[in-house]
Amino acid sequence: MREPTPASTALADVAPEPGVAKPDPILVVDGVRRSFGGLTAVDVEHLELQRGAITSLIGPNGAGKTTFFNLMTGFDQPNAGTWQFAGDDLAGVPAHRVARSGMVRTFQLTKALTRLTVLENMKLGATQQRGERMLTSLWPPAWKAQERAIEERADELLVRFKMDHMRDELGGTLSGGQRKLLEMARALMVEPVMVMLDEPMAGVNPALTQSLLQHVKDLPSFGMTVLFVEHDMDVVMDISDWIVVMAQGQIIAEGPPDVVSKDPAVITAYIGEEHGDESRFTPVPRGAGAPVAVIEEAPVDTHEGEDEHSGPHAEEREP
Amino acid sequence: MDITTILAGGLNTAVGPTTVVFALAAIGLNVHYGYTGLLNFGQVGFMLVGAYGMAITVSIVGLPFWVGILAGLAAAVVLALLLGVPTLRLRADYLAISTIAAAEILRFVFRSGPFVPITGGPFGIPSGPGGPGFTQTWDALNPFPPGSYQFGWLSFTHSRLWVTVVGWTLVALASLLVWALTRSPWGRVVKSIREDEDAARALGKNVFAYKMQSLVLGGMLGGLAGIVLALSQAALSPDQFLPQLTFFAYAVLIMGGAASVLGPVVGAMLFWFLISSVERFLLGTGIMPTGTIGPTRLALVGLLLIVLMAFRPQGLLGNKREMMLDA
Repeated sequence: MREPTPASTALADVAPEPGVAKPDPILVVDGVRRSFGGLTAVDVEHLELQRGAITSLIGPNGAGKTTFFNLMTGFDQPNAGTWQFAGDDLAGVPAHRVARSGMVRTFQLTKALTRLTVLENMKLGATQQRGERMLTSLWPPAWKAQERAIEERADELLVRFKMDHMRDELGGTLSGGQRKLLEMARALMVEPVMVMLDEPMAGVNPALTQSLLQHVKDLPSFGMTVLFVEHDMDVVMDISDWIVVMAQGQIIAEGPPDVVSKDPAVITAYIGEEHGDESRFTPVPRGAGAPVAVIEEAPVDTHEGEDEHSGPHAEEREP
Repeated sequence: MDITTILAGGLNTAVGPTTVVFALAAIGLNVHYGYTGLLNFGQVGFMLVGAYGMAITVSIVGLPFWVGILAGLAAAVVLALLLGVPTLRLRADYLAISTIAAAEILRFVFRSGPFVPITGGPFGIPSGPGGPGFTQTWDALNPFPPGSYQFGWLSFTHSRLWVTVVGWTLVALASLLVWALTRSPWGRVVKSIREDEDAARALGKNVFAYKMQSLVLGGMLGGLAGIVLALSQAALSPDQFLPQLTFFAYAVLIMGGAASVLGPVVGAMLFWFLISSVERFLLGTGIMPTGTIGPTRLALVGLLLIVLMAFRPQGLLGNKREMMLDA
């Protein structure tokens, strides 16, 4: 179990029950529902995320975690529901505006831009670039100074992520783990308020996992809020101020790590399972009516390139 | 059969107006496909509306030549918007299907009966149907006195020389524009869209707007290619704008090297040099009737292309390091 953080202290008095109110929420979700045909992939009645906290979103495959990410960040539209991010209503806002408003995501299957160099990948992340306007781009004096400042910031981040030696390599030449690092560093170039990380450690070797973990832990000290999906329970327990558990699209539990790990519903549903194949069990949400089918994959994702992450899934280990 | 005649003929084509037309069309495709990853399979449609926009405005409506040029370019912009608005939010293949269909629809509409008074139907628009034609101002602007001009192996009539000089100036300006755009942050964004548009979106880029800008710019270059084509032949007809023109332009682009600034220019020169010299070679040998030479030269050039792609998949000027990465 990790050391207490300002966020975990602030959350100490919050009751560990689904949909509970937080003292200083940055994201407030109400009645967000997404169905694909007859299947309800996400059905979140109420959820609040504490500002400055690292919140983990866990749950078996098909629980709707990635779909929930897609909905929050504008990559998918819900059938119903509203959500406020830092006071702004984000329902119906397109993905690029969500990113500009400070909520930046990464992807489960990394999206390193293969035919751009690492540095170009980084510089792309900066917002409000004058040179990105078509006509202004033809007049370099209008953007050269800003470009230099962006490059400086990119180089600093690359040093922080220990990727400065790869600066001029093409993104496509990086290993799977380096791509994960690059994607996280690139997301930070946006100067986000909240970072949504979709399985940032998947397919990454243990040494690099430690380094990635440290980067995630550092984010709150830069004033950022983190929501991340992760299957490795050691990582989740080590890093989280708060844990939200999803199953079949619903929030079945939430609370601090020590409470959630002892929650009988979660144990039976997820954590305590010792079998390797997690797809074999489909926990029924508390108080749910007829069980809904499990959605295997959210629409934005494809299994393309999945062999990159061919290592044994972390959740197959015992907690 | 004289080898120098064959090479001289090929060279004359390689620097002539046809090469200019395909260089411009391929530069437009390079913006679409090479840099932004847009699959436009109807570049010939942009050439058609550019050429007809200019010719109709000048020859049929009777407005000045410069207005005609602007009308041709504006027609290309309108076509880009019409195609882009419904398809650019969808996956790449939808644009491909719409563009190839739109180009054919345009050709059939322009040659159809009801539009004969405007488009001249299947016979198209000669430069001057009973009035000042669209080449009148163009010819008047020609600074070269009538006659023929000889530069080493190259020979020009005064009007061909005029089109050639203006055409290559346009190619140079278009290349300069593409160079300036693609080395800027704007270019970085469109390249990122080519690589993965969701990643660009997640970083706050308005992907739709960038794709639209790219479609419009490349379409205008296609329209410009159509205008140069109409001026170089002082006439135009709908059946010149067959779908294979788009694929010739793609061949030019891939041969020269997609996503390189001068790739389309070098590709166009090589493509037309090969087409022309192979044709002359076949004519010279006399091994087949003239009627079969046309298809045969295409087949032979196709074979040469396959060989080139096998040994140089990135094209003449493309970046091999980039080519070898799988996406």
